[in-house]
Amino acid sequence: MVSGIKLENVHKSFGGNEVIKGIDLEIEPGEFVVLVGPSGCGKSTLLNMIAGLETLGSGHIHIGGNIVDDIPPRDRDIAMVFQSYALYPTKTVRENITFGMQTRRIPKDLQKSAVEEFSTLLQIHAYLDRKPGQLSGGQRQRVAMGRALVRKPEVFLFDEPLSNLDAKLRIEMRTEIKKLHQRLGKTIVYVTHDQIEAMTLASRIAVMDNGHVRQFADPTTIYEHPVDLFVAGFMGSPPMNMLPGCLRRPDGRPVVEAPAGGGADALHFPLPDRLAARLDQPDGHQVVLGLRPETIFRAGSELPGEDRFTLNRPVSVVEPTGPDTMIVFEIGETELIARVRPEDAAEPGTPFEFEVDMAKAKLFDAKTGLHL
Amino acid sequence: MKERRISGIVQRRGPRHVLMRGLLFAILLLFCAYYLVPLVVMISTSLKSLAEIREGSLLSLPQTLDFSAWTKAWSAACVGVRCDGLAPYVWNSVLMTVPAVAISTFLGALNGYALTKWRFPGADWIFALVLFGAFIPFQVVLLPMARTLGFLGLAGTVPGLILVHSVYGLAFTTLFFRNFFIGVSNGIVQAAMVDGAGFFGIFFRVVLPMSIPAIVVTVIWQFTQIWNDFLFGVAFTIGDSNPVTVALNNVVNTSTGVKQYNVDMAAAIIAGLPTLAVYVIAGAYFVRGLSAGAIKG
Repeated sequence: MVSGIKLENVHKSFGGNEVIKGIDLEIEPGEFVVLVGPSGCGKSTLLNMIAGLETLGSGHIHIGGNIVDDIPPRDRDIAMVFQSYALYPTKTVRENITFGMQTRRIPKDLQKSAVEEFSTLLQIHAYLDRKPGQLSGGQRQRVAMGRALVRKPEVFLFDEPLSNLDAKLRIEMRTEIKKLHQRLGKTIVYVTHDQIEAMTLASRIAVMDNGHVRQFADPTTIYEHPVDLFVAGFMGSPPMNMLPGCLRRPDGRPVVEAPAGGGADALHFPLPDRLAARLDQPDGHQVVLGLRPETIFRAGSELPGEDRFTLNRPVSVVEPTGPDTMIVFEIGETELIARVRPEDAAEPGTPFEFEVDMAKAKLFDAKTGLHL
Repeated sequence: MKERRISGIVQRRGPRHVLMRGLLFAILLLFCAYYLVPLVVMISTSLKSLAEIREGSLLSLPQTLDFSAWTKAWSAACVGVRCDGLAPYVWNSVLMTVPAVAISTFLGALNGYALTKWRFPGADWIFALVLFGAFIPFQVVLLPMARTLGFLGLAGTVPGLILVHSVYGLAFTTLFFRNFFIGVSNGIVQAAMVDGAGFFGIFFRVVLPMSIPAIVVTVIWQFTQIWNDFLFGVAFTIGDSNPVTVALNNVVNTSTGVKQYNVDMAAAIIAGLPTLAVYVIAGAYFVRGLSAGAIKG
């Protein structure tokens, strides 16, 4: 039976400083949930509380239907992979992996077969008799995962497991973790500050900020329908462009008016019907228009569609990344980034015709930060 | 751990450089002599006969090697009224030092582990108070300790001395281990908790094997302190239970008869040899431990 996890109004303070401010989260059995947020948002503390390495301030934690508030880590049927790997330096790889089974007095032959199974799965059988100090970062990472997997617990907890690896290895291990999850089907709670890791791995993402969960949804929803400015700005790289402006209805249809700066006429971004239909804010209401970089491109470089808006601005910086080129330009005081095809790039200082796909635009209330 | 080669660093050349090098080595040799000449004098004097000592100069080498002073110091020199040499007192010192070092090191390790890895409210205060013990001049505690030993029925015995040294060693051993464990990743302890180990399981099976370098440093320190201690030895033991430091004093400071410099020298070296041995043996382990255990948690 695969266990789910339920957090009920969980609070935690350290010396008068509240770091977890009432979190409710229901994680289905077999789900891969990623807790993501900037450093200091409380995501690692929350994970440690699920693990039992940190006591609860108040609230309840259920694992597999049982309240585990007062149950020590060893009895929670969990395994954890730590950011620093936390391998036992004086033990060999084999002893590292079997330590948890030794403390639980699992018979030797069962230990042996479990080591066989997972060392093959993780390709670590070649260095079972070495000490962690003799392994590379990627190998240590595999051993740390082996140590967690080998006891076959119902819940796996990962605390930024890839952040000490170099970029190439990180992508490799990311894929392997996803494969492992598909193969084992166990519940995983995974903490990271890397929003790309969150997007690629999660079945659902909990975006955390300042002790709260801002949004808990699947990656597509998080990316396409962020509930507020924080989630919108945190998820996506380069980040979403945030253009402040105000709501106008020049001919009955709502538009976002943004000052263009430099004495030029203000720009009027027409809002798509889908968005326009649910707006009941008065004229002049302060809003923020959210435009993802990939929804801004060179005019005419994509097939024509509905709700397109074109504007002409000078290019200020060009940043090639290989597959795409980022063009930085300004509207008023705000810097925006457009993601264009490399062949569409232009020299800095030259005028550039941008086309915005307004159908994918997001609109937020400037005061509350909430999605409109 | 990668070693950084420094022999390949480019250095200035020329006559001035050669001169400075020469000067450097001359000064170093001078310091070596400063430290080594007393030892040479002690060894050479211990190998001379009394007649030779009286006739020759302090620095002259012995004409024949005469080990009789060593045998005498070991088994026949008079300590007070008893003339059995230092042997029984060396044995007293061993009986006292080995348990006292073991107990204080073990408890220090346990303290350091609890203070850093099982944090509890007030841990820093307790550590500060323990540390305070490192600054207490031992003369201050002589009388209260004497009363305590008397109350416990341990006055004038080797076990009493073991207790005193264990208690007063704790401040330093706790300090050493606390500072070592603070550098050990908490993740390792947390991993062991998730793996199902408890307080002592983690201590004995995970943390202690990692702390060989700290153990060696602490053992060297404690062994030197306890073996060389004179104050507690002279205050809390009597006659037959004296440690070797007190016995040595009684051999050398005897006011009767002819002064036997060769026996005094041999006795002093015998009393100092064990600490030297600990440095040589443990020092090798220390270097090995440093490079073998060097891995970031």
